Amino acid sequence: MSKMTLKTEGDTHVVVTRRFAAPPEAVYRAHTDPKLIQKWLLGPEGWTMPVCLNEARPGGKIRYEWTNGKGGGFYLTGEYLELEPYRRIVHVERMHLPDPTPDNHIETRFDADGTGTLMTMRMTLPDAQTRAAMLATGMERGMEASYVRLEAII
Amino acid sequence: MSNLDAAFFALADPTRRAILARLAKGEATVMELAEPFEMTQPAISQHLKVLEDAGLVVRRVEGTKRPRRLAKGGIEAMDQWLRMLRKALEKNYDRLDEVLATMEKHKKGETR
Repeated sequence: MSKMTLKTEGDTHVVVTRRFAAPPEAVYRAHTDPKLIQKWLLGPEGWTMPVCLNEARPGGKIRYEWTNGKGGGFYLTGEYLELEPYRRIVHVERMHLPDPTPDNHIETRFDADGTGTLMTMRMTLPDAQTRAAMLATGMERGMEASYVRLEAII
Repeated sequence: MSNLDAAFFALADPTRRAILARLAKGEATVMELAEPFEMTQPAISQHLKVLEDAGLVVRRVEGTKRPRRLAKGGIEAMDQWLRMLRKALEKNYDRLDEVLATMEKHKKGETR
């Protein structure tokens, strides 16, 4: 059973949804507390996040650094725009590979769903080409897709 | 199948994945491929060679042109790559499930 959905919307959006068994408050905390983020936002097996800065307030900074322990690594920076505790987060982020990718504007909603949470993450990229590049790069939270095959494999 | 390692190596580069994404939309010459990437034609040719050696891209002869297109295996390899990335994302959220379960336990422990 796959609980996650990932789809493209229009030319510049990517929408990811996922259900969790915990209430919105807990899921929200797991997205904003560095100690919790470091436990799960890791991507493929073998990667860790030794640096995790997350200032969960409007204007607050985000910085995640990943390493595979074999000399491979990259980092992400971002800023918070809006936070409605336990309900909604709006932030921008970019990957440094090491050149920065164009800004990804992300709204994350945490809606109560029975005793659990439905999380909806809506990303907005500056243009279609950037979205394609981001999906093709796929490093961001293991994000994926392509022009061609996305619909088929989801 | 013996090409799989070469295919994954070829796919590990963002420019080469972008070239594949472009070729998925149709055949293109080296010049057409070089344009959006702000790269020189020799640099693109180098990437194309890696993709061709991995069996992901094939070339055709048309007069002086050598238009490239996606090989059948290229599409399959791209799919495999995407499935892998999707798995990585799902893995994150599976880990988050565990984190949330632990948080819930701690919370219950506190209230007792």
